[in-house]
Amino acid sequence: MMGRGEKMEITIKPEMAKKIEIADKIERAKKTQITQITACELGKLIKERKISAVEAMEEQLAAIKKRETDYQCYLTVAEEEALEEAKRVQAGIDSGMYADSPLAGVPIAVKDNICTKGIRTTCASKMLENFIPPYDATVIRRLKEAGMVMIGKVNMDEFAMGSTTETSYFKQTKNPWDITRVPGGSSGGAAAAVAAEEAFLALGSDTGGSIRQPSSFCGVTGLKPTYGTVSRYGLIAYASSLDQIGPIGRDVTDCAALLEAIAGSDPYDSTCVASKTSAYRGALGNDISGMRIGIPNGYLSEGLEEAVKEKILKASEVFEQKGAKVEFFDLPAFTYAIPAYYVIASAEASSNLSRFDGVKYGYRTPEFENLKELYEKTRSEGFGDEVKRRMMIGAFVLSSGYYDAYYNKALKVKAVIKKAFDQAFSNYDMILGPTAPTTAPKLGESLVDPLKMYLGDIYTVSVNLAGLPAISLPCGEDGNGMPVGMQLIGKPFGEKIILQAAYSFEQTRGYKRPFDR
Amino acid sequence: MKLYETVIGLEVHVELATKTKIFCGCTTAFGGAPNTHICPVCTGMPGSLPVLNKKVVEYAMAAGLACGCEITRRTKFDRKNYFYPDLPKAYQVSQLYLPICRDGKIEIETAAGKKEIGIHEIHMEEDAGKLIHDDWDDCTLIDYNRCGVPLIEIVSNPDMRSAEEAVAYLEKLRLILKYIGVSDCKMQEGALRADVNLSVREMGSTEFGTRTEMKNLNSFKAIARAIEGERKRQIEVLEYGKKVIQETRRWDDNKDTSFSMRTKEDAMDYRYFPEPDLVPVEIDEEWLTLIKEKEPELRDAKRKRYQEEYQIPAYDAGILTASKRMADLFEETIQICGKPKEVSNWLMVETMRLLKEAEQDVDDITIPPKKLAALIEMIDQGKINRTVGKEVFEHIFKEDVDPKEYVRRNGLSINQDDGRLREVIQSVIQNNPQSVSDYHSGKKKAIGYLIGQTMFYLKGKADPAKVRMLMEAEL
Repeated sequence: MMGRGEKMEITIKPEMAKKIEIADKIERAKKTQITQITACELGKLIKERKISAVEAMEEQLAAIKKRETDYQCYLTVAEEEALEEAKRVQAGIDSGMYADSPLAGVPIAVKDNICTKGIRTTCASKMLENFIPPYDATVIRRLKEAGMVMIGKVNMDEFAMGSTTETSYFKQTKNPWDITRVPGGSSGGAAAAVAAEEAFLALGSDTGGSIRQPSSFCGVTGLKPTYGTVSRYGLIAYASSLDQIGPIGRDVTDCAALLEAIAGSDPYDSTCVASKTSAYRGALGNDISGMRIGIPNGYLSEGLEEAVKEKILKASEVFEQKGAKVEFFDLPAFTYAIPAYYVIASAEASSNLSRFDGVKYGYRTPEFENLKELYEKTRSEGFGDEVKRRMMIGAFVLSSGYYDAYYNKALKVKAVIKKAFDQAFSNYDMILGPTAPTTAPKLGESLVDPLKMYLGDIYTVSVNLAGLPAISLPCGEDGNGMPVGMQLIGKPFGEKIILQAAYSFEQTRGYKRPFDR
Repeated sequence: MKLYETVIGLEVHVELATKTKIFCGCTTAFGGAPNTHICPVCTGMPGSLPVLNKKVVEYAMAAGLACGCEITRRTKFDRKNYFYPDLPKAYQVSQLYLPICRDGKIEIETAAGKKEIGIHEIHMEEDAGKLIHDDWDDCTLIDYNRCGVPLIEIVSNPDMRSAEEAVAYLEKLRLILKYIGVSDCKMQEGALRADVNLSVREMGSTEFGTRTEMKNLNSFKAIARAIEGERKRQIEVLEYGKKVIQETRRWDDNKDTSFSMRTKEDAMDYRYFPEPDLVPVEIDEEWLTLIKEKEPELRDAKRKRYQEEYQIPAYDAGILTASKRMADLFEETIQICGKPKEVSNWLMVETMRLLKEAEQDVDDITIPPKKLAALIEMIDQGKINRTVGKEVFEHIFKEDVDPKEYVRRNGLSINQDDGRLREVIQSVIQNNPQSVSDYHSGKKKAIGYLIGQTMFYLKGKADPAKVRMLMEAEL
């Protein structure tokens, strides 16, 4: 098993290097071990010429071939393009490029709602089954600038609507810890790929918890940045005022490094305001003594699984031992977050998804008599049930006569929640709690009762409504051996603080592979 | 029959003359092969986002200021949702809740005198594409070039009472917008489009009747006809004891009548909500001042100034200022050569005549002020006479020739040699004894023929006044 952090680095690095030397000489198969290390560790080995970007990609592709039948993470593996790009990046590294990029040459998976020029981008929907974007999302351009190599596009809930990845039109991604369970969602393919070592890193998107919840379910680390930190240009919108792209990795360092590569203002997205680069990794010091951490009382009450509660309380003890001051406080506003979230997100979705009408791109019904029928049949046949449900809710709450009672009221709740968080942050540096009330449920259980599924977003959606940054990282396992995730919520643009605390916690625990169960 | 009053409000869509579209860098140029002025943003590709063109805000502000509006300091965009193939995102980014300008007014003048028309609001929005029906293949094609071309919609109060007032309002609005340079207002290119809201009520009533909205009006004449037609239709409905239905009607100018498009019952619910992809626009004092300072002198002020400063008659000042192009040409020319009355004459008479002949619009004038000034100076200095001047002017107008060069190359300058002039005059006198005797027997007009003959021999290269003087002396 590979280690994390500096302590392990001293013992592991030469061993790794040696392993690679042996692998080079003896048998390629043994080198599959390389897929276990972290993205930053791999980046370092590539810089040190101990392995090439092409070899790393070959190993990654081999691992995918081996495991994909079990886990079904990918919708598209762009093998040819990936190897080609790896070659190009290696040539760049050989000529001295990417000196400042810790992730140059590292294979990365991308959620299938992020546009990739020339590579199909489906949103896991029949509607976009054959859609090939004519342009790259800003984050894809930034990955390329940093020398990262995209492996392919990973599964998700259709148009990011869902909490299990089961609403995907194409396939059912399995949780690498237990293939009878869901990986979470909507970035389920991304989190599962990182956990199953089918990718070193992944880009997900988070509208109401879609990075954090699957990260929690799959035992990996995922960060939803402050709204406006990462450009949304090229992210196929679900709910524009809540969507953010963010990193999923096997540790905090990888998430920080990936965030560094993708964050920063973009002339193509006027809602993206963060300064060009922030040295997020620089914040990963060990000392968190004196830090003030608040736990909302309501976070540990009804609906929360006992095992999850226990791990969160244990984590709070760890923070206290490290000199942080942990306190319970009241944050009643968050209980209104779920209805407000589903009203706002559905309203925006109903508008955002109207463009899929069979006229310009995507699915078009084969037979129609007139324009109205073209629209109706295309959209009835092209979208799945969950997407239709949310678009109908959205159209309803925006309709004349209901706007004030629903949409406008939800906006007011949003403002109240934001204010409540602002107030909390005048007392605390961050807020600690569970990422989700449970660990990963069994496949097929959730979609039976969508309302119950929506309630599972209780800890995550308020963060999106308030536009705050939050990280989910593993903090133990439940009785079934399924990973439990804890969530650290920061103040606006306070990514460094939560990364620092998460890193500090990670040092006490290390990383567990699903395969080591 | 009772007496009725017509109540009219206009919604005018104006394409702004920015170089690029409202939310992307594509050109706004008219024409162009279908779907060549497009990108992922203006075709609503999945994942694309709008970024506001600052120039659009500035043009809208300028339009608002020129119409005496309040400028909204924190203005926002909203989405107007509806399905139509020319609208690729299935929503139009527009402004409902916080339009950029509010509460303005402009003054119109009709035969009945002056009147103020209130402006309810001006808001910014994006234009849609164009559907082209292919009858041959029986299919509809879409050209997205116009998608995202910036528009302002100017919504008037229901202050107009006749077609004449409505047209006067539109003409005034067009003049203002062209003066401040925010739009070329070419109706034939769809750069200015008006929807008419019209209702009738019994004379003396203070309540409004039920209104209809008429679309598809693409000329002032069509608007005037549509107003007349709809007014009559509504009165007829009321006279039959029926009620006017609130609906949208489509004017068919060829058939000179309107057709119901949709009634209020099946009116669309646009499900407006704030556009989350754009941040609110904050207009601070500094920005507003900058736009105010850039505002050019408008027509009414200019007309007054021409009369006072240059002693130009009111009628002439009216024509000179009827277009900004003409006014600019006038002012730029007198900057060089002075002589405002002379410059005014050339523009009022010759220019207007040539424009009419060429069936051109005043805005198409290309005469460089320098050349017009040079021409006027040459005449003033007696280097050419007025008749030659007109010929030269025509060539400047049509071919942009250099006047001095043209006169030199064609040998048109006045013969300053009195000896040569006398020779010609003497030979004309010799060859036209009849006219000479007519002159001497008291028919003084006969001298005109003799002068004409002289000018003919000299190919017009003489000063007629001088010829007359010498001729009189010789006779």
